[in-house]
Amino acid sequence: MGEEKGTDGTFEARLKSARKRHGMDTPAPGQDSARDSGNALGVGLRVGVELVSALVVALAIGWGLDRWLHTMPLFLVIFVLLGGAAGVLNVWREVSPPSVPRRKQ
Amino acid sequence: MAGPTASWLTFTQANIIMVIGAGLVLWLLYFGAKPKAVVPGRWQAAAELSHDFIYRMAIDQIGPEGKAYFPFVFTLFFFVLMGNLLGLIPFSFTYTSHIAVTAALALMVIVIVTAVALREHGLKFFTYFFPDGAPVFLAPLIVPIEIISYLSRPVSLSIRLFANMVAGHVMFAVFASFVVMLGGASILGAVGAAFPLAINVVLMGFELLVAALQAYVFAILTCIYLHDAVHLH
Repeated sequence: MGEEKGTDGTFEARLKSARKRHGMDTPAPGQDSARDSGNALGVGLRVGVELVSALVVALAIGWGLDRWLHTMPLFLVIFVLLGGAAGVLNVWREVSPPSVPRRKQ
Repeated sequence: MAGPTASWLTFTQANIIMVIGAGLVLWLLYFGAKPKAVVPGRWQAAAELSHDFIYRMAIDQIGPEGKAYFPFVFTLFFFVLMGNLLGLIPFSFTYTSHIAVTAALALMVIVIVTAVALREHGLKFFTYFFPDGAPVFLAPLIVPIEIISYLSRPVSLSIRLFANMVAGHVMFAVFASFVVMLGGASILGAVGAAFPLAINVVLMGFELLVAALQAYVFAILTCIYLHDAVHLH
């Protein structure tokens, strides 16, 4: 059994290399690869920008509210937490698979 | 330095390139579309393809209503594309590498999108910030998060374009400074200077791709936001 499994493994490997040689295993150009613009750097930059921009907006709102109501650290603290959550929400909407109904982007 | 009033009236390098970019687009489209040949020449084909490309994008992303917003998306795409491409010409200036320019464009987009949503849906637009079916007691948490997420759109839209353009041009500058420093070092350095120069040549090709891609991303995100404004949920 063990020996059979071994030969099976090598057959699988040979089949895989043969398929690769003939270009049969190339992944179909899905929607994901089209959106990814082809490089990991782009994805990383996009996700980072989404995270940071939500935090920047939340910081601005919190700071403005505190300045207005003279409650200095209160709203800043609350909105930093909310901004972090909004950043994660942005990232999720960015990278969630298209099969999930994207009601809102 | 000019006085407070005159500093508002100065016509800078960036403004010149903006006018040139806008003029180039008008020139390409006007004289490209002028022959009206059944079998288009190269120039006419370029003008027609660029029109159809953005038109299809607007229809695909927004839906049949996209026809109304096509001129806006088209103008935006070509203004950004020209900014990115003209900036790659030596001694030129990349106006899309200034956050003031990209932020103004993104603010314009978000104001128009919000105005469209308010016109289409009236006060029902504000239900956008609370998804159906979510438990009501979570509203104090969900609504601020959704509002922050909505307001972060212009920020991310402007930073994305600005950061991509700045990063590309900084890379050019870094490798170009390597060429100068190595070239001035010795005879051995002058030979070595060929390598950063070669990298800059490759980078130029890459930056052409980034220029087109970022203009496309800017336009398609505008379309996605317009889709949300028109369809709401």
